[in-house]
Amino acid sequence: MEEDKLDNLYQEIILDHYRRPRNPNIVLNPQIHAEGFNPFCGDRIIITANFDKDGVVNEVGMEGEGCAISQASASMMGEILKGKTLESISILTETFRGMMRGNNLSEKDIELFGELMALEGVREFPVRIKCALLAWSALDEGINNYKK
Amino acid sequence: MLNLEQMRKDFPILNRKVHGKQLVYFDNGATSQKPRQVINELVDYYENYNSNIHRSVHLLGEEATEKYEIARSKIASFIGTSVPESIVFVRGTTEGINLVASSWGSMNISAGDEILLTPMEHHSNLVPWQLLAERTGAQLKFFNLTEDGQLDLSNMDSLISPNTKLVALTIMSNVLGTINPVKKIIDAAHSVGSIVVLDGAQSVPHMPTDVVDLDCDFLAFSGHKMLGPTGIGVLYGKKEILDEMNPYMFGGEMVRQVSLEKSTWNDLPYKFEAGTPNIADVIGLGAAVDYLLKIGLKNIHDHEISLTSYALTKLEEFSDRMKVFGPRDTNLRGGNISFHCRDIHPHDLGTFLDQEGIAIRAGHHCAMPLMHCLEVPATGRASFYLYNTHDEIDFFITILGKALNYFEK
Repeated sequence: MEEDKLDNLYQEIILDHYRRPRNPNIVLNPQIHAEGFNPFCGDRIIITANFDKDGVVNEVGMEGEGCAISQASASMMGEILKGKTLESISILTETFRGMMRGNNLSEKDIELFGELMALEGVREFPVRIKCALLAWSALDEGINNYKK
Repeated sequence: MLNLEQMRKDFPILNRKVHGKQLVYFDNGATSQKPRQVINELVDYYENYNSNIHRSVHLLGEEATEKYEIARSKIASFIGTSVPESIVFVRGTTEGINLVASSWGSMNISAGDEILLTPMEHHSNLVPWQLLAERTGAQLKFFNLTEDGQLDLSNMDSLISPNTKLVALTIMSNVLGTINPVKKIIDAAHSVGSIVVLDGAQSVPHMPTDVVDLDCDFLAFSGHKMLGPTGIGVLYGKKEILDEMNPYMFGGEMVRQVSLEKSTWNDLPYKFEAGTPNIADVIGLGAAVDYLLKIGLKNIHDHEISLTSYALTKLEEFSDRMKVFGPRDTNLRGGNISFHCRDIHPHDLGTFLDQEGIAIRAGHHCAMPLMHCLEVPATGRASFYLYNTHDEIDFFITILGKALNYFEK
């Protein structure tokens, strides 16, 4: 078996986020509320978040069900959102999309991404990229709705 | 008995390596592989007598027309009818059902009528009826399912009433593998004057079908799931019903007389085959039917039952970690086995198995309401066909065990 390739996809940190998702709740009266649903596999994710008075995310909640990749990606995303402004979240999202498209990240981005880099292995499995992007696309939509 | 070793040689793709491993193709419920005989038939048409049919005065057109109509006759007799005009070529099961919903449905269903369905229908045998009901004010009703995924017929007498105008159901569930007692349901439906539409997508490729014995009013099925090409399917309808129906698409070939103001329709089945049909794939489907008949549908069914029974027994090894859906009794089911593992999402399992060359399906199988009944977001599904082997199941079970351990660790 191509154990290496699989182990690279399902790194321990990914399985850990899958088994023990971080921030597994729904924030009360959220300023950002987004839902992602993949009709092909039934994966779903609900993202809720609030900002403090300086426009920095101080509360995040994630709820969902689905494959290890979609749920781990959502859990990791939730962790990295905390302390970020809307503007930096948009840049982060674009960088993550770029990584999924095959872009190499700068040293600075790699440092910023931290655990998220574990999802790089998904690139080797093109059909699974949409799993990794599910939460990010939903977040994008949630932010756009918030801005309106 | 099948000569598996010999037969597998007819399917070139079975030699394929996937991620360096021998392909194990367990996604036959989605589409089947094609034998050389079918592929060659397509090549022969395109290389030797490619031309349009029915209106050509040249030799190629004559040959193509003859092959096309011979295929229609073969397919008719394959499902037990001696009336080739009752075979309408469509793109697949989905189009066949849409044709009935759109033409027969619009002419015969009105407010207050009831359409009876089951919760195990593929979206293609559900959504067209939802739209018909919406258009006409008819009401949708549903059978219940038993714990092990069979239709609960205990309330059939109240479900089928004089208001019932149409019953639509699958012969074999694409998810549960359940084979429904369609003959019993057809008899009950006919006793109140309702027609019955059967979805044969999962059953026609795998077991003998006799539309005369069943006495169904319509039967739709797909060529690509029965060794044939993609893009070709069949709608069977009783001739007297098809005769009364309006065409579904309009244009060339389906007309008799055309003036600037109005037109009259061609005879059956041509009034339902507007435009240049899918000639090559009809002829290819004819070759697929020849192949299936040569092997024998009974032999194929017996082989698949043997595989299914073997797989179900082997899967019991994991019963603490996974749930297998559908009836356990192989008299009540075919070779579609759906399961849900406690610790692995079907997509992760699909990826894991794929790395070993094993192709299964993971998802909701176009049956979202059924997923809801089963209380799972998605399932994994292994589905067998004539060329699958007991050894392949052994390998699948070994890798499945590895996957379960991998994600549990």
